[in-house]
Amino acid sequence: MAESKTWRLGLGTIAVAALACAGLHAARAQTAATNSAAVDKEFAYEQTLMSAKPIGPADKPWEQSLSTNMVDTAKYKKAPPYRVCFSNASISNPWRVVGWKVMQAEADLHKSEIASLSYADAQDKDDKQISDIRAFVTGGKCDVLIVSPHTSDALTPVVEEACKSLPVITFDRNVRTDCPVTAVRTIGGYAYGMAGANFIVENMPKGGKVLMLRTAPGIDVFETRSDAAAKVFKAAGIKPIGVEFTGADNAKTKAVVSDYLSRVGKIDAVWVDFGAMSVAVAEAFEDAGQDYPIITGEDQEDYLQKWNQEGFKGIAPTYPAYQWRTALIAALDVLQGKPVYGPDWILPQPLITSANLAQYVDPKMPPLHYATCGCETLPGYPERWGGKK
Amino acid sequence: MSGAAIPRGGLAKFRLPLALVICAAVVYAATALGTAQGEQLSWSGVMGLLQRMVALGIVAVGQTLVLLVGSIDLSVANLISVSAVIASHVMNGNTDAIALGVLAAIAIGILVGAVNGVLVAKLKVSPLIATLGVGLVLQGVLTTSYETLAGSVPASFRVLAYGRVAGLPLAILLLIVVVALAGFVLARTAAGYRLYGVGGNVQTARLAGIRTDRFIIGAHIAASVTAAISGLYLASWLGAGTPWVGRDGGYDLDSIAVVVIGGTLLSGGRGGVAGTIAGVFVFATIDAVFNMLQIDPFLGQVLRGVIVVGAVASYTIRTKAHVA
Amino acid sequence: MTRGLASLRRINPTILVFVVLLAAICWMSPLYRTPAGLLSLLQRAAPVVILSCGQSFVLIAGGFDLASGSLITLVVVACALITGGDAGWTWVALLASYGIGAAVGVVNGVIVARGKVPSIIATLGTLLSVKGIAMMWSGGAPGGYLPANLRFFGRYVWRHVPLVGRFPVAVVVLIISIAIMAWLMHGTNFGRLLLMIGDNPRAAELAGAPVRRFRMLTFVISALASVTAGILLGGFSGVSVDVGTGYELQAISAAVIGGVVLLGGQGSMLGAVFGGLTLYALFTLLNLVGFPEPMRVAVQGIILIAAAALSARRGRRI
Repeated sequence: MAESKTWRLGLGTIAVAALACAGLHAARAQTAATNSAAVDKEFAYEQTLMSAKPIGPADKPWEQSLSTNMVDTAKYKKAPPYRVCFSNASISNPWRVVGWKVMQAEADLHKSEIASLSYADAQDKDDKQISDIRAFVTGGKCDVLIVSPHTSDALTPVVEEACKSLPVITFDRNVRTDCPVTAVRTIGGYAYGMAGANFIVENMPKGGKVLMLRTAPGIDVFETRSDAAAKVFKAAGIKPIGVEFTGADNAKTKAVVSDYLSRVGKIDAVWVDFGAMSVAVAEAFEDAGQDYPIITGEDQEDYLQKWNQEGFKGIAPTYPAYQWRTALIAALDVLQGKPVYGPDWILPQPLITSANLAQYVDPKMPPLHYATCGCETLPGYPERWGGKK
Repeated sequence: MSGAAIPRGGLAKFRLPLALVICAAVVYAATALGTAQGEQLSWSGVMGLLQRMVALGIVAVGQTLVLLVGSIDLSVANLISVSAVIASHVMNGNTDAIALGVLAAIAIGILVGAVNGVLVAKLKVSPLIATLGVGLVLQGVLTTSYETLAGSVPASFRVLAYGRVAGLPLAILLLIVVVALAGFVLARTAAGYRLYGVGGNVQTARLAGIRTDRFIIGAHIAASVTAAISGLYLASWLGAGTPWVGRDGGYDLDSIAVVVIGGTLLSGGRGGVAGTIAGVFVFATIDAVFNMLQIDPFLGQVLRGVIVVGAVASYTIRTKAHVA
Repeated sequence: MTRGLASLRRINPTILVFVVLLAAICWMSPLYRTPAGLLSLLQRAAPVVILSCGQSFVLIAGGFDLASGSLITLVVVACALITGGDAGWTWVALLASYGIGAAVGVVNGVIVARGKVPSIIATLGTLLSVKGIAMMWSGGAPGGYLPANLRFFGRYVWRHVPLVGRFPVAVVVLIISIAIMAWLMHGTNFGRLLLMIGDNPRAAELAGAPVRRFRMLTFVISALASVTAGILLGGFSGVSVDVGTGYELQAISAAVIGGVVLLGGQGSMLGAVFGGLTLYALFTLLNLVGFPEPMRVAVQGIILIAAAALSARRGRRI
């Protein structure tokens, strides 16, 4: 008797919780009005940037910019050597690892100007990154601060605080304030997303089936990529057979693709928002004994090498790791009083196609290396990045 | 109930926390001086160090209560995210909605705590599984409902994290208040006394006429409310609630680790908030010291694991009984 | 005989749930209606099932192993770095992996059994350290592929097998692993004493069971199971730095669903196997239905609570 009562009580609480959750869901759905006009504008803007010609040295994309506006930095001018401080979101994925090595190698090029490169790793915690930045500011041992924020909004207040004491450069994700001297970034997620989707639209037989694979919901850069792709598909009258989150986990990606193959029999194209899963996609088709479909990817070497080897239809929009060089170059320029591109330093975003694949693919580099590191001429290449001579 | 099982009064019960704090402080100071970063010992440097404690500290106080009654709460990390997101969603940059946002977050906290408590105390579900399950449900619902940042907190609410009273950051005051409140209840009230009894031995406590279920549910509600407060603080500190703030922060396992480092038994019945705060201080110092020493982040991760185990082993190794 | 019946009754619901889920999967997708389709499901479920079995030893003896996910990552990274894609190094890499696994298991065991650190804290510490070691060793991005003969175990499928058509190698690995662990649990004195230790370590010690040594062994078994799972996962999906992320919770969830009571004293290998299968079948079904991904986590949570509540209730009745 007493037992059934506790059961009812338990079920009751679970029901209440479920109701609360449902309420929460509804509350959110109400406010989720996407500002489609602004999205359209950004989409069109990035589209024009992709075909625009950047200014700067042609062989050094990391010194190029698509925005011509310059910021005067005379007031930050100092005599070297400089103490550079860098607050990093984390080095928890291969792209960030490659990038951090790129920045360190760039620092090695400027040994005479750089007294120290102090590093704080926030381990993907906004909370810790705020404290890290504050400790840098309080410590008074920084001439310039480079920030690669974990979450844009969360880091905005503390970056504003830091701007009052020293010049700040942000890159990768940026913050929602103009106070940094410059914000280094690439063209953007819309350009990334539309490149792959356009390629699919142009190359897929009419009425073909497209599967969209996404990493995780809620991360700005991934959201824009899939928004753009969805827009392109919609305009072309293609309705993807599915949109799935894989957490960029290879095993899960493979399982998801295999399940889809078993469900629909044949897939003609797979669009991914993150190139780390592309090889797992290809393997799912191999294991099912099917021909490769169109598989979009990124400049990660394992994908480029597979694409090169197997000759399937592929395309690799990029999120260049050379921006880690640019951030340090900008920091040094600012301290030398040289004008820098700003308030946004928009880097070109190369598109790897079968026409220029040979230029990027390199079997001597490890599978998780990023080909747009811009590091080929840096000290320690290729061993520093795990490559073989 | 034997009095010996319940640490009361005297300086003895502060011996471990004090030793931890002194050790950590000495290491911090030595590192700051040794690496010529004396500024980290200034008032603002030390306040920066203490502010690293706030989010983890508040939720760890709640975790202490749960562990004291012999339960555990793995749902706090996701609850922190829920609280932060709800608060910033409800406030949506609007000063008038602050009270409502705070209330909503606390209410969710109470609700989740009650669910946890009932599952553990009434349905006799293993607390690890019950709270892990509830945490997963929270995470699932949260990420489905809020794919990205929801709303923002008004500037006036950011005072909680950024404001100061007489040079002392408000956030640190908040932590002090939460700690003092829990410490007072545990050490000076009959309820606190009974709570130790429940954790020491549920059967004996029940025979002594204590409504043990109520204490277990109460402790769970308290823990969830502290998680909600941590979430509110983080929303204020970050300016908005991100759905991943709790999970990325690792507040579930970290809060358990600091409580155990502080000398509270996982099996319940012994320990207290003083030790917990000492544990939190150790964690904050680890972060700050690794930064000052420029330790490779991967090596830092290895060392962090070693320190957690080492700190706990340093005094558990003498226990005779078997632990699980 | 009665004990056999009782334990049968205890695991019954999991098997039932699994059968229902499987029926639903077959109904949803024709590909799973063939033996080859079911075997490919089994191939993908193999790592979770093996982990669940290994984890069960620790759970039954009253402990917890949170380090298995990190260990999987370390094993995959180690195999990539040792072989560097060279098939000639595969056996060295495999031996080294089991060596690493045994070492991690012994460390966990010593910290818990000798250092008296609660296993949840001890293995949280090793979780951090092992992941850190994997990242340090690889510099954050492993510098090599896994050679085909290493991936053989997790990926290769024999074709033209009589009766079933296609037969994955991973299923053989799965069957052997289960057989070994089931024998250890149910065919040896060690296993019988483990249940006793989990139920009441003090009493077991008085009865002459070497509690510390056995507890330590459970961590070694769990670690070796993690290594096997890691080899299968790496084989199935290749190198990445977060291949093991989240598997510790999946393993514990699977074991709980299978009826292994946390904090010791109950459970069987059959339960652990079906717990793992059920969890994987659930994920597959939700995927086939097209359930939004984040909500799958919530479903996992609810099932976990329900399974634990159910076994708590049955436990009280018996």
